[in-house]
Amino acid sequence: MREELLAIIEKNSRIGLQELAALLGQEEILVANELAAMEAEGIICGYHTMINWEKTSIEKVTALIEVRVTPQRGEGFDHIAERIYKYPEVDSVYLISGGYDLMLILEGKSLRDVSNFVSDKLSTLDTVLSTATHFILKKYKDHGTIMGQKKEDEREMFTL
Amino acid sequence: MRNPLADKVVDIKPSGIRKFFDIVAEMPDAISLGVGEPDFDTPWHVRDEGIYSLERGKTFYTSNAGLKELRQEICNYLKRRVHVQYDWAKEVLITVGGSESIDIGLRAMMNPGDEVLIPQPSYVSYEPCAVLAGATPVIIDLKAENEFRLTAQELEDAITEKTKLLILPFPNNPTGAIMERKDLEAIAEVIIKHDLFVMSDEIYAELSYKDQHVSIASLPGMQERTILINGFSKAYAMTGWRLGYACGPKEIIQQMTKIHQFAIMCAPTTSQYAAVEALKNGDDDIAQMRTAYNQRRRFLMDAFRRMGLECFEPYGAFYVFPCIKEFGMTSDEFATRFLEEEQVAAVPGTAFGDSGEGYLRISYAYSLEKLKIAMERMERFVKKLREEKSR
Repeated sequence: MREELLAIIEKNSRIGLQELAALLGQEEILVANELAAMEAEGIICGYHTMINWEKTSIEKVTALIEVRVTPQRGEGFDHIAERIYKYPEVDSVYLISGGYDLMLILEGKSLRDVSNFVSDKLSTLDTVLSTATHFILKKYKDHGTIMGQKKEDEREMFTL
Repeated sequence: MRNPLADKVVDIKPSGIRKFFDIVAEMPDAISLGVGEPDFDTPWHVRDEGIYSLERGKTFYTSNAGLKELRQEICNYLKRRVHVQYDWAKEVLITVGGSESIDIGLRAMMNPGDEVLIPQPSYVSYEPCAVLAGATPVIIDLKAENEFRLTAQELEDAITEKTKLLILPFPNNPTGAIMERKDLEAIAEVIIKHDLFVMSDEIYAELSYKDQHVSIASLPGMQERTILINGFSKAYAMTGWRLGYACGPKEIIQQMTKIHQFAIMCAPTTSQYAAVEALKNGDDDIAQMRTAYNQRRRFLMDAFRRMGLECFEPYGAFYVFPCIKEFGMTSDEFATRFLEEEQVAAVPGTAFGDSGEGYLRISYAYSLEKLKIAMERMERFVKKLREEKSR
């Protein structure tokens, strides 16, 4: 049941227990226990909402930042990653294979906000060798959802 | 001026589903649960392959029977999924949807006076196609107590010395019924005993929610007596591409190809290229869609249980077929009032044969959000009818 359950709530975390149980063909109590178990095991880490900020009056800037760092003896990249993810403006931190080491996703109120973070906080860390900042101009698709598109049912009435 | 029309055609009743949809089109808030086609888009890699074939200028006719590569992939697929082996060169014909296969299959096989057995409720085109082919349709009324499966006894009772062909439409539109191996074995025995043929319409085969679909062609002694019909519309959400196929004994396929050659030339080329991609790399798409349909199916069964509405559990296609006999009205009356009072369109069971009386076809080729609203309305409607009745 786990895989199917996770697939459903990954797309719709607000689904009610009764409906969830119906979709899975399981007893509600079993589904509730499974959810609780996966929360306890750290498989389910949170329930978020996808927001298209562009449609609000709130200004936000998102940047992808590539970071090259010097790994530390005994710690690898973990310690430096932790130094970076503790900043609340850092949304995501990934260790990446290829031309650089860490990729950050950063949310700020303005370009200046983001550039201040990079120049004052990120670049000044001892282990950071270099950074490259890419500002996101437009989100077309995020987490499998196509932004701002509501598709109408175009199927024509048919005789079968 | 004399009558320009053929009596045979004029006498055929038009499909009864249409009138509901004309009303639905006028109602902005109406929810339709009437459409018999997937709500998913064709998987992108399949569409991409179609586009790519156009870019490369693959815009000519294919051979009459269809692209060699497609016929080979169909054989691979049938071997992999239903364990039947066909010779791509002689035993496969690509048609314009599964529906063309039904039409030309009947025309290739039936002589005037030959009887074709059609279990109902079922897809609306078997009977008219049989009539147009000059055959005599004989209806077998399927029963709710058998979960709308065809039993060997029902088959036996319908056979006369003129019987030649049985149409076997499972997984079934509109009931969602399936035939499992043991059911098919009993049927096969009767078929062989009476030296009959089977036209097995397996267009919904991939939408089976219990065990994997079993084709009657895979049973001993049945491949040589079976025309297996399938297509891409339901499994790969490719309705608009109009592509299906028939597989069977080469004598029959050869004659079908002759009709197809003179009437159609060949199935659409772009669709055939896209279909090759679907068969090669589409198993995951099918699995994903099947999971989604299955969740909706369970959701509807749960909703019916909550409103105390009788419905056998259907394990195939994307339809449920709840019983509305408790309200003491015909399927048509129920569907009409349901549409007028709650703005939900479902198809009366009688559109698929007289034995559909007392039932309603509800399609779950709709998003869960829509199904949820529809079930809220249905619950309210059912409650109202029960109150009316108890007064």
